[in-house]
Formats: sequence, structure tokens, C-alpha cells
Amino acid sequence: MTALRQKLLRDLRVLWTQAVAISLVIACGVATFVMSVSVLQSLERRAAQYYEDARLPHVFAHLKRAPVSIARRVAEVPGVAAVETRVVAEVTLDLPGVIEPAVGRLVSIPDRGGPSLSRLHLRQGRWPDPGRRSEVLANEAFAEAHGLVPGDRLRAVMNGRREQLIVVGIALSPEYVYQIRGGDVVPDDRRFGVLWMRDRPLAAAFDLANACNDVVVAVTPGASLPAVRAQIDVLLAPYGGRGAYGREDQVSYRTVANELSQLRAMALLVPVIFLLVAAFILNLVLNRMIATQREQIATLKAFGYRRREIAAHYLQFALLIVLAGAALGTAVGAWLGTGLADLYVRFFRFPDQHYSVGLGVAASALGISLLAGVLSVAMAIRRVVRLAPAEAMRPEAPRPFRGGFLHSHGSVGRLSPLARLTLRQIARHPVRAVLSTLGIALGIAVMVLGSFSADLVDRIMEDHFEATQRFDFSIGFIEPSDVGTLQAVARLPGVLRAEGFRSVAVRLRRGSHARLTSLLGLEADSGLLRPIDVKGDPIPFPTSGLLLSEKLAQLLEVNPGQTVEVEVLEGARPVRALRVAGTVRDFAGQAAYLTRGELNDFLREGAVISGAFALTDPLREAALYAKIKETPRIGGITSTRSLIQSFKRLMSENMLRMRLFNMIFASIIAFGVVYNAARITLSERAWELATLRVIGLSRREVSATLLGEIAALTVLAIPVGALLGNLLARLTVRALETETQHFPLVIDPSTYATAILTVVAATVISSLVVRRRIDRLDLVAVLKSHD
Amino acid sequence: MPPDAPPPPEDRAASTAQAAPVFVARGVTRTFRSGATEVHALRGIDLELYAGEFVVLLGPSGSGKSTLLNILGGLDVPTSGSVRFRDHDLTSWDDAALTHYRREHVGFVFQFYNLMPTLTARENVAVVTDIARDPMSPEEALRRVGLGDHLDRFPAELSGGEQQRVAIARSIAKRPDVLLCDEPTGALDVKTGITVLEVIERLNRELGTTTVIITHNAVIAAMADRVITLSDGRIASLQCNPARASAASLVW
Repeated sequence: MTALRQKLLRDLRVLWTQAVAISLVIACGVATFVMSVSVLQSLERRAAQYYEDARLPHVFAHLKRAPVSIARRVAEVPGVAAVETRVVAEVTLDLPGVIEPAVGRLVSIPDRGGPSLSRLHLRQGRWPDPGRRSEVLANEAFAEAHGLVPGDRLRAVMNGRREQLIVVGIALSPEYVYQIRGGDVVPDDRRFGVLWMRDRPLAAAFDLANACNDVVVAVTPGASLPAVRAQIDVLLAPYGGRGAYGREDQVSYRTVANELSQLRAMALLVPVIFLLVAAFILNLVLNRMIATQREQIATLKAFGYRRREIAAHYLQFALLIVLAGAALGTAVGAWLGTGLADLYVRFFRFPDQHYSVGLGVAASALGISLLAGVLSVAMAIRRVVRLAPAEAMRPEAPRPFRGGFLHSHGSVGRLSPLARLTLRQIARHPVRAVLSTLGIALGIAVMVLGSFSADLVDRIMEDHFEATQRFDFSIGFIEPSDVGTLQAVARLPGVLRAEGFRSVAVRLRRGSHARLTSLLGLEADSGLLRPIDVKGDPIPFPTSGLLLSEKLAQLLEVNPGQTVEVEVLEGARPVRALRVAGTVRDFAGQAAYLTRGELNDFLREGAVISGAFALTDPLREAALYAKIKETPRIGGITSTRSLIQSFKRLMSENMLRMRLFNMIFASIIAFGVVYNAARITLSERAWELATLRVIGLSRREVSATLLGEIAALTVLAIPVGALLGNLLARLTVRALETETQHFPLVIDPSTYATAILTVVAATVISSLVVRRRIDRLDLVAVLKSHD
Repeated sequence: MPPDAPPPPEDRAASTAQAAPVFVARGVTRTFRSGATEVHALRGIDLELYAGEFVVLLGPSGSGKSTLLNILGGLDVPTSGSVRFRDHDLTSWDDAALTHYRREHVGFVFQFYNLMPTLTARENVAVVTDIARDPMSPEEALRRVGLGDHLDRFPAELSGGEQQRVAIARSIAKRPDVLLCDEPTGALDVKTGITVLEVIERLNRELGTTTVIITHNAVIAAMADRVITLSDGRIASLQCNPARASAASLVW
């Protein structure tokens, strides 16, 4: 080993605590990068592969009823590659040992073999026997939630008749990678499940023999999807077509795509922050190291070491630190990635659950961190190279200090000499003071950034379930019924209050923009579903006109006061222009409301409701469930309480884990910045501090001047960090925004407080570590050294 | 050969001394700019140095000694004038050429030793032998300065005199053509200073290295073949010693 290499290792040993602190910050950045990108890549790969292999359709259309021969006509539409007709029906399920009813979506599969589109992947068991009418396949997420295995039985109320179903297999479908019921905000695998049944028995049960109510289509490559959809709409309209839509509006596909795009945003934002901080500290440390090694550098030059040899020496120092950080970060990132991938497995069901960190990800993590390392030290190394040896042989001239503001300002005069010393020290290195403040502030910001998502979720839940959906149950009828039915609902056991609603599938159109959604007709004095305005306050229901989700209004480019064309996709399919009376805040970005009366008029029907919202007595839930299970006219029931529970169960573990990691990451950043800044100040001021000790100041007082500086910078960093955190959260919310989802920026004061306290704690700890060094300052040695 | 050149000492390799001088400086000036003020460190120096010669540069601080030494060593370049090393004009060289020159031909000894604190005595010497073309081993260099048994000590474990001897071992290990010492005894007590001078004197005799020592200690001048006194950036006097005093005989 050459002597210079030896020096490198010894220098690293001297500065090991600082080197470790920097490596850790880099490791955090690399870990988040490797985690997000590797999970992103394996999800993207899996999703694309699965959609392709299992032939996820490109166009989906529901309709009232059409003869199966409609398939031939759809197949003739230019661009259509394959068509499959199905029967899809929702039923109330009664599972053995489960008190609450679940909604089952029964999807037909051909009587022989499997479907040609949306091919099922059989995980367990066998395909239903075409000859037996009660055999079904269960979606894996649903089966897992209930511990269903082939051979298990469940009861269903199918089209008013009670039937016994036998699960003969567990399957996956590309259409239900994410199993959620359209319109729901969160998945609830216990209360919603997809089941597949042979076509003949299912069609017979719903009086759809030789008919279908659902068409899916795959298109040829290069086909124009809007054109195909438009032609299918025309073909299906006479059969009660509800409007053909593409993958981007298919709830599972959309959710997976949204998740991927959000992951993509996170994969960039967070690592960039960490690497910037690491680059900054590395720059700080190397600059200081070079300053203290001025003479050594000059000596090397005097002995004929070339510029590039010396530059390489210092670059190696930086790169060793970066390499250590990158290696650690890649390992931690792969580990975190496994955890995250496991989490996704619980939400997203792909046949291939394999997760691995690609070589490319590891290589780009290494490349990016090396680049950050090189950039961070480039300036410092340029100085080394430029250093004139003859000049460097002399100690650096003291920086001229003129006091300036801190000298002349009256109030400073009243401070103790030590306080003045502290302030002047800050004023003397303003750039470093600013950068250190920024570094500590970034610690706070990262913590805010990492934790605010919990606030966001809380707010969404609050908006959705406390402010807007205030009912305990939403009960859907099989067929729209007279308002009088509400009396029956009100008489169900435990129901305290019931409100009817009318719901209808519509297409909203304005200019060239069109969206499919469901229009909800509410009682004008609705208390159980209460739209809220953008500020979160309940909005008074307009006597006439639409209330539209703000996001939906944006998509349609419509403002309150203007009109949109509403095309009803059921019944007589009336079309009418309706005025937008106002916009509302909703998470899913799909909401459209009208008063029930106005909607009934629009549909040219009497006082009719599609279902009811109910407020219930939790103590009598069991009785209610039992009654509902045997009420054939009820097509489905959604329990708000259980949705919230299932969501909280899913989120809490995840959120807690993420919060813990963010706390660790933020602490590492704060520690890295503060510790390095303090160590550098200590090395620069050792002479001054030793002098103060020699002239009789106590260790406490001497520590106070140095730690006072850190404290002052930390105090400055708190508001800056809070602001930066807010800014980063704002950026993230933007990045997370998708076509339909809009997220409010919500940061709870407690999130700021936790972030600030965590970073202050990290600061205090690093100060204590540095303080031990001050206490051990060898006065004689320091004063003897000539600079 | 200029008329004032000294007769070669008997114990020196006479053949090289008779030939052209190792260094020829003509009209060398060096001006430093510090803010609005200009500092004239050298105001026109004419000088020759010969192979194997032992030269002492005397003068008060600020007289330009270090600047002259740095220019001879290729650490600094003159503002005007020329410096020739053998057949080469140092002033025409760029940084890379000067670096090569220092690497191949020059040994430096500094007042504050300038050892790498994190390297042992042996490793400090190796810093130079690692890049030299035909160096002696670090062990041999350290034996020559009497530190053969302190090879693995760190600078902090050595006395000032020992540290300076490591620095000397480091500078002679590459067998330089010229050894430039800037106040080598400046930070040392008398006894240690003399030990260090003895080492330099012995190496000058044994290796025939042209040696230039800067000092403001006039007593040291007695060791030299020639004594050049600088004052205010000019050569104030040039004196040849008929006989060199041994370092051991010096008293200050």
C-alpha cells in the first residue's frame, strides 16, 4: 500500500465519526431510492406482464340486458380483437360464522374452459364443474379474509332466492388485482368479494339465459380506443348500455396505476433530499479537512505530487464515504423493499409475487450517490488543486472581521462577552451558518414530509366518513323502489334514522370532455350524506342544480353557474343540460349530487329511491345483519364502521412503520448536520476555546460558546424546517395527484411538533457528544500548535 | 565561471563543480499583491549555484529569502527575470513541468517539518519514495539521519529534532540534485539544531547534494561554502568561506 493510501485510511480513522454520520445520511437516501425504485420496477413489471398474459380487456361496458349475439356485432367494430359477454351481478352473501353480510360480485365464466379475456389464474382447487350449478371460484383476497378453502360453503341471496354456493377453487383475475367495490374509498376484503360462476347457472338465476349484462373487449394494437368505445356505446345503447369505459376508469387498473405513479414520485423526491443533505455535509467536512491539511497538501506538492494525484487522494476520501453509504443503503433499501413489497402483496394480487432488487437499481443508486459525492467535493478539490504550494506553506491568514451589524448594533452591546463571541462566530461564517441551519431544517422537513401522510389519511377519513358519509350503513335495493320503502328500512332492527337516495349511472359531458360517474339524488335536508365545500364545511343543498366534485369540475372545465350535459345511462336514458350550482370536496373526485326530487323529475319517474342510508344502534347490529341477510330485496349493504375498521387495520401498521423509519431518517440527517458542523467549529476554534479555558473560564462556559452557536442555529432552523416541510409536503401532494384524485395539504400541528422535537433531540445528543470532546480538549497541545 | 565563484572544496566531486552552474538566476523579481498594496519581495536577484555547494542564505525576516528559495525549488515563479536549472529555463515551465522538476530533482526541508501527522516516520518518507524514480529505501534514508530505530513512530511520538530529521530523510530519500532547507533549525533548541545541521552537513558531503539553507542565525553561516545575505529583496553581500566550519563546532 502506498503511503498516500495509508494516509487516506488514517485520515478516515481520525474522522470516522463524521464519516459514519455522512455515510448514514447517504445510506438513508440510497435506501429510500432502492426501496421505492425496486418495488416500483417489480410492481410495474408484474402488472404489465400479468395484464398481457391474462389479457386484461381494454374496454368494459355494463348494460341492462342484451342477447349474447351482441358479441358478434361488437366483434365487427373496427379495432376490436376479442369480445366476451358476461353476466355480472351483486348478491348479499351469508358466510358461516360471520354475522355481518358481505357483498358478493358474481361474474360468469364460459360454461366450458376459462374466459378468453380476463383469464383467471387458479391458485387452489379446480374449475367449477359445468354441470353443477352451485360451484364458484373465490377471489383470493376475499378467500383469505375469510379463511375460505375449496370445499367451503356460503349462502347467497341471488335475485331474491337463497342459494347455497360451494367454493371449489381460489383464483386471481387481472380485473381484480385490487379488490374494491366501485365507489368505495377503501378496500374491505371481508365485506366485498368477487366470485366466478359458470355462465348457465348464473344467467339462469338472474333471468339472463342466452343474454348478458356485461361486455368486455380487447382491441388490436394501434386501434383508437375512443372510437371503439363510441361505437360500442352506440351498439349497446338500445340494451341499456351504461357507457363503455377504458382501463383508466377500471377501478383496479386505475388504483394500481395511481399507486405506481405515486411511488414513482416518491422514488425521486425523498432520495434527492437525502443526497443533497449528504452532499452538503460532505462538502463541509472535506472543505474543513482540506483547510486543516493545507500544509500537508503544500508539502505533497513541494515533493512533486501531481495535481491529479492529490485531487484523487481527496476524492477517494469522499468516495469511500459515499461507497460505504451506498452499500449500506442498498442493503437497507432491499430489506425495506421486501417489507414494502409484502405490504403491496396484501393490496395487489398478482400471480407472481416475486420481489427482487435489480442490478440496474443497485448500479444506478451507486452511480447517483457517487455523482452526488463527486459534485459535493468538486469545489473543495478544485481549491486543493489550485492551492499555490508556496502560499499554502504559510498558515491561512485570519479572515478579516469587522464586526459589522453585530458590532455596532446597540442591543448586542448588552450581551455577555460569551454571547457576543457566539454571535460573532456565526456572523464570521455566514455561509456555513446558513447551510447548517438549512441542514437542520431539512431534518425537520424530512420528518414532516414522512409523517404528514398520516394526517392526510386522517383528514380524508374525516372528510369522507365524519363530515360527508355520516351514515352507518348504505343499503342498496335490487330495483329502485317507491319512497314508501323507506318506512320498511326505518323499521329494520336498530335503525335510528333512514334517508332514501336515488342513484343512477350518467355520463357528464362538456365540450370535448366526458366522464362516467354515478349521479346521486339526495334529500335536500340530507343529514346522513352531507357534501362539504372545499374548506370542509357542510354545503347547503341548492334547490336546483348539480353539486360536482371540484376535481370532476376541473376535468370537465366547468365553473359554477355554467351547465354540463347529463346523459342518463339507464331506463329511458334522458339527456339534459344541468346547471352546476357549486363544487364539493371529495377524495375520489367522482361525486355528483342533485336533489332527489330533481333527479326523479329528470328521470321522469315518481318519488323513487335506489337505496337508503341508515344511522343505527351499534348494539343491535347483529339483529340488523340477520334481518338483512333474509331480506331478498336488498341487493347489498355497506357498513361504514367496518370500512373504517378494515382501513385502519391496514393502515395503522404501515403508517407506524413508515413513521418510525422517517423518524430514524430525520434524526440521522439532523445528527449528521449538527455533529459535523459542531466538530468543524470545534476544530476551527480549538485554539480560541483552549485560550478561554487557560484564562480561567470553566468547561461549562467554554462549551456554552460552542453549543450556544448550535442552539442558535437550531432555533433558527425550526421555522425554516417547518416551512420547508410544508413546501415539500405541498410538492408531494402535487406529485401524488392523479387525474381523479385530489389531495388536500393537511399537516397537523402535532406532526410539526414531533418533527421539531425529534430533530431537537438529535441536536442535543450530537451536542453532548461534541461537548465531551470539548471537555477533553488538551489545552497545552492546542496552544502549542502553531496556527 | 564568474570570478567570485569559490574554489571547489577538496572533499567535493570536483568534476561537476567545474562545469556549468546548477542554477543561474538573472534579474529575478517577485511582487505580491495584497489588496491595493504591492509587496516587492525580490527586487532583482542575480545568482549562480554550483553542484555540491553548501550555501547559506542569510537575512532578516521579510528580506526575500523564502521567496527566493521557493522560486529555486519550483514552488513559485518570478514576476520577471529568469532562472535556469542546468539547461532548462524554470520560468518557461507550466505547473506540470514544475511538478515534475520538484518530483525528480528537489528536496525540501521546512521550519515546521510538515510531516503528515497520521503517518509513521517510515510512511512519511515513503510518501516521497513512492513517486521517486530511483529512491533509497525509507529505512535507509532514516538510518542516514540516525533514526533507524524509530521507523514506526508517529510524528507526535518524536521530539522536534527527530521530526526534523524525518523531514530531512524524506527530502534526501529520492537522492535530489538540490536540497532546499527553510529555517530547518528555526523551531529547535541549540543542541537539537546542531544535530540537525550535522545531518545536513554529512548528507551534503556523502551525497554531494547542492544544499541551500535559509536562516536568520548568522552563526550557521560558518558552515557554508558561500554565504549570501539578502536585504530588502536584493543581495546585500556574497561571501566565500575559505574553510567550512563543522556543525558541531557552532555555538549560538
